[in-house]
Amino acid sequence: MTAGAGKPALPEGLVAVVKRDCATCVLIAPVLAELRQSGQPLTIYTQDDASFPAGLSPIDDTELAVSWHHAIETVPTLLRVQGGAEVARTVGWSRDQWQAFTGVAVLGAALPPHRPGCGSLSVDPDREVALAVRHGGSQLRSRRVELAALEDELEALFERGWTDGLPVVPPTEARVVRMLRGTTRAADEIVAIAPPDLVPLTVEKVAINAVLAGCKPEYLPTLLAALEAACSDDFNMHGLLATTMPVGPVIVVNGPVRRSIGMNSGVNALGQGSRAGLTIGRALQLVIRNVGGGRPGEVDRATHGSPGKLSFCFAEDEEGSPWEPLSVQRGVAPGLSAVTLFAGEGTRCIVDQLSRTPESLAATLAVNLRALHHPKLAMHFDAMLVVGPEHARVFREAGWSKARLLEELDARLQLSGEELVRGAGGIAEGMPEHFRELTLPKFRPGGLLIVHAGGSAGLFSEIIGGWVSGAAGSTPVTKEIAKEIAS
Amino acid sequence: MTILIDPTSERAVANRTRVPRPASLAGKLVGLLDISKPRGSVFLDRLEERLAKDGATVERFAKPTFSKPAPVDLRHELASRCAVVIEALAD
Repeated sequence: MTAGAGKPALPEGLVAVVKRDCATCVLIAPVLAELRQSGQPLTIYTQDDASFPAGLSPIDDTELAVSWHHAIETVPTLLRVQGGAEVARTVGWSRDQWQAFTGVAVLGAALPPHRPGCGSLSVDPDREVALAVRHGGSQLRSRRVELAALEDELEALFERGWTDGLPVVPPTEARVVRMLRGTTRAADEIVAIAPPDLVPLTVEKVAINAVLAGCKPEYLPTLLAALEAACSDDFNMHGLLATTMPVGPVIVVNGPVRRSIGMNSGVNALGQGSRAGLTIGRALQLVIRNVGGGRPGEVDRATHGSPGKLSFCFAEDEEGSPWEPLSVQRGVAPGLSAVTLFAGEGTRCIVDQLSRTPESLAATLAVNLRALHHPKLAMHFDAMLVVGPEHARVFREAGWSKARLLEELDARLQLSGEELVRGAGGIAEGMPEHFRELTLPKFRPGGLLIVHAGGSAGLFSEIIGGWVSGAAGSTPVTKEIAKEIAS
Repeated sequence: MTILIDPTSERAVANRTRVPRPASLAGKLVGLLDISKPRGSVFLDRLEERLAKDGATVERFAKPTFSKPAPVDLRHELASRCAVVIEALAD
């Protein structure tokens, strides 16, 4: 068969499809011989061994074109073809059914009365996508890029500017088609308008970039939700790119999807080693680069950037948390999966190994949060506080809710205008002079997000600094993940 | 032979030729676009003074926030009314 050559016609009469690697097919080989002797027209296609069944002149279907086009799911399958069309089929071995189907009164008298069949190679999960690409014709609309014979695949991807500086997985048609199996959404559906070039972003383009990033198909719904959130006006991905500050999209994943796709919320939750989080975060940034056109040194004007701009995606440890998940705090019903996008920079560790009361620990968190970006700047930037399990235990044992902790932190982060104004403390940076008589909170209302994650040992928490907050910059966006994961 | 599926937007960059430089600004409308960064207005105030001396008609425009692209209506107004636009980028 050549690629996409169309559906092969079936010969008239009986058609059997078998494979040698199927005990039932081997068992019924004598039955096929009996049918051949009965004088009925019988054609036999064999999937794995062109000489099986011996002596019955089977037709080679090791390319599986006949099997794929005629939707053979089980071997043996027996078809009846009239006028070029299939009019009936039976699968597996049942003496009664085969006798009725063929009209031959005595068949397989020495065999057991019935045996179930085996799976057809054409629906083997390891081959199915390649077969769909080979025989089904392409459903992808994107341009094909043919590499020269002597081009190294990975080098070619770098040279075309498709990578983030690390090697990417070559997006072959089979890989992209397999990736698209991760969602029920149509390949040509528009997911979002990708900044900065304001390009309509299709599910297909997302899938291609997910392949580049190393995603598995089951990650795709989470990635699609993250992209919808990232490309919203509230999140302002364009601004995140254009800013000179070192921020990028930070993705926090909540709900059952964390477990079904194997995300890490424990030891080294914000670090390396876990495929799902790293590749989802990376794929989002590759979409912005390749489809949106947001590249460093062009629209991306970051002075320093941050390692998190390669990928920054982690899961909340909900099971070990004393508090409601971030998604629930932000309005998503418990038990549903969601992503929250936060415009964040790198992480900074808060060390407090001695506080055993919530008051002392809250004071530690507050003095560290105060220094964020600049101790003399207030209400400019949001922050995400990632509380480690050993710090969270102190609050759990004291019965502090998340709301209580936020209140207590806010009370400790009321800053005197006198200390903040420009020139105070001998530092030119600071708030404008007209704030001198006022007391200002470090964070605007709702500007501090709390997440629970990390390994079980270590009296630490982490601050992820934010960016210009609110309508002037970025507002965190939470988006439910569509329920379409088979697992 | 390896065939890959293009991950990009497949857009070609549009090449636009610049409009000719005006011989004089006299009588022309010069738009001064403040992107709403601190102290951008200081720079634009000074430019406005100097341009007015040269006989240009000056009008001030502003983006709602520096962190987002200019709204489409603002871009349209600048493009359709002004002969020249000067943008103050940052603090």
